[in-house]
Amino acid sequence: MYQVEEATQLSENVYQIWVNAPQVARHARAGQFLIIRVDETGERIPLTISATKGDSVRVIYMAVGKTTELLATKKKGDVLADIVGPLGTPSEIKNYGTVVVIGGGVGIASTPIIAREAKEAGNHVIGIIGARNKDLLILEDEMEEVCDELFITTDDGSKGVHGFASTVLEDLLKERTIGCVWIVGPAIMMKVTSRVTIPYKVKTFVSLNPIMVDGTGMCGSCRVTVGGETKFACVDGPEFDAHQVDFDSLMQRQRMYVDEEKEAREHFHHHDHHGGCGCCGGKH
Amino acid sequence: MAEEMKDFKEVNKGLSEENAVLEALRCMNCVIPHCVKGCPVGIDIPAFIQKVAEKDFEGAAAVIKADNMLPAICGRVCPQESQCEGECILAKKEKPVAIGALERYVADREREHGTKLPAVAEPTGKRVAVVGSGPAGLTAAAELARFGHKVTVFESLHEAGGVLTYGIPEFRLPKAIVKAEIEQVKALGVEVRLNHLVGRSVPVEELLGYDAVFLGTGAGLPYFMGMEGENLNGVYSANEFLTRVNLMHANCFPEFDTPVKRGCKVVVVGGGNVAMDAARVARRLGAAVTLVYRRREEDLPARAVEVKNAHEEGVEFLCCANPVRVVGETAVEGVECVRMEMCEVDASGRPKPTCIEGSEFTLEADVFIEAIGQGPNPLLVSMIPGLERERRGNLVVDEDGRTTVARVYAAGDAATGAATVIWAMGSAKKAAAAIDKALKEE
Repeated sequence: MYQVEEATQLSENVYQIWVNAPQVARHARAGQFLIIRVDETGERIPLTISATKGDSVRVIYMAVGKTTELLATKKKGDVLADIVGPLGTPSEIKNYGTVVVIGGGVGIASTPIIAREAKEAGNHVIGIIGARNKDLLILEDEMEEVCDELFITTDDGSKGVHGFASTVLEDLLKERTIGCVWIVGPAIMMKVTSRVTIPYKVKTFVSLNPIMVDGTGMCGSCRVTVGGETKFACVDGPEFDAHQVDFDSLMQRQRMYVDEEKEAREHFHHHDHHGGCGCCGGKH
Repeated sequence: MAEEMKDFKEVNKGLSEENAVLEALRCMNCVIPHCVKGCPVGIDIPAFIQKVAEKDFEGAAAVIKADNMLPAICGRVCPQESQCEGECILAKKEKPVAIGALERYVADREREHGTKLPAVAEPTGKRVAVVGSGPAGLTAAAELARFGHKVTVFESLHEAGGVLTYGIPEFRLPKAIVKAEIEQVKALGVEVRLNHLVGRSVPVEELLGYDAVFLGTGAGLPYFMGMEGENLNGVYSANEFLTRVNLMHANCFPEFDTPVKRGCKVVVVGGGNVAMDAARVARRLGAAVTLVYRRREEDLPARAVEVKNAHEEGVEFLCCANPVRVVGETAVEGVECVRMEMCEVDASGRPKPTCIEGSEFTLEADVFIEAIGQGPNPLLVSMIPGLERERRGNLVVDEDGRTTVARVYAAGDAATGAATVIWAMGSAKKAAAAIDKALKEE
């Protein structure tokens, strides 16, 4: 069992949670993730490691379905059934000169840890964080602290640049020499934004978010096509060369269980008790 | 049979006491018991069977557990026909003694009547790390604990058991039995740390700080055929399909949160026990299931009893055929196959299947499961410097399980490639004996 040490809401439907998980916190690096199972009947969901402090690890997530909505009810002192990690290959951090770290929406959660490690490796770090509107922006202070320069974008212009991160990125590429770019966000945002760097031939990493089960390379649920080859995002990634990724296949596979996800959510909101499938020994 | 299709209850109900005793009385108590040689963990089979014949069930359990801490599991899933029972002198005349069923009876009876632990030696002060809690890891852990060493098992999943938990379905191996036998191993003083992926949650340097390391990481990396359409929605590796159902209880969705595509028409490719398990699970989820196998039915590598059960449960067998393409827009709509003909016998003694050109046909399907084999997961082994692998990725080990790195041993599927539960246990037992010897010589 893993104890929740802090749980707060950051914006509409976005929550952060600090959990005591020494085996994860002590070894986590930028770009890695963990898998959480909330309770005994729960599913395993991957979440990016957003920060660590001693034996605690932070994840930030959007409540979009059964499991994340259940997680959002957890308060300080509650326990989670399982946490395993850190999983995945760490970000390829080295001295690239100048790097740009871009976060979109809840994907911003992954950016401070990448920016911090990039800074420590001697890079000049430029952050771009974007959201639909100013209320959905998160971790602005943290990014401000760790980045040499920070740009903010909102789709509706309610704060910072009116528009997308790609616009700011394009301007930067025109003006300066950029060594490497990281983009973390929804698949469609990563697809569109990463196209901007193609003409400039700038190494661009994206953090893919396919469906996962074990997260250790034993099932292939998270398989993605990169450079024409099948890769398992949980062990070969989750970060890959954006220009090699088949985003359309990724997005198609992300939708595999939309009906079931809806059913699970409805079941969660309308049924507290269940009909005796026998699996839980009648505990519920 | 229709009744069994609805649930995941165990198909084989086991022997009654009366039948167990009658069966035990058939044993000839041979002077040179070939059955023992056929058992990879070397159980004193005639001795335990004599005790069953005398109705000394506690005594029988003690004899078995001197050599095997997982008898309720082995009695169920071992391919006895090619091991102990295959060597039984009575197999030549009529039917061999049902050693597996008797082992299972003794273990089940003991579990119901209160278990007794075998003796554990005085603590030696040595620490051994066991990586993986499948059949190999559990066996090595139990043996090493009995030798008096302090054993820590690292398991990456949230439940112990490896393939016993995520792979073999409930109707062949009830999970309550797996849990109970693992509890017995823990009761010997073995510590099991779940949710610990070695190489990630436990640095390799920390692992190598133990007096000895046993790698029982299995062969959990699924192979895919590498054909067009393989990433369409509804295409599963058998590992994923079985993990969703066996470990995550997707058959009980939405009471349990993990979903699985049940499918109306499921196609499974492969001919081993994993393919049979996947096909039989898919039947229980309500689908019409076709199993495609490239050789002839008599060449199926699965146990005969699993094939028979699959037939009885309504799995359609389509032999001498092989998938070449998955058809569909975003999700699976069909599986294009080609017919195969059997040409000359290959080195393995089986006929070599060859495609018949122009024989393509398409099976309608909404779920497609690939059960064509697994290899060792390369993650951990790539992190231990000096650990050599052979061409197929299996760890290079000697007879006693020594790897190419000092104090690091390996056994089971990680060393041999995907094999059986009992082979994993047999090789793990040998490695544990070698570790014990090395530690005591220090």
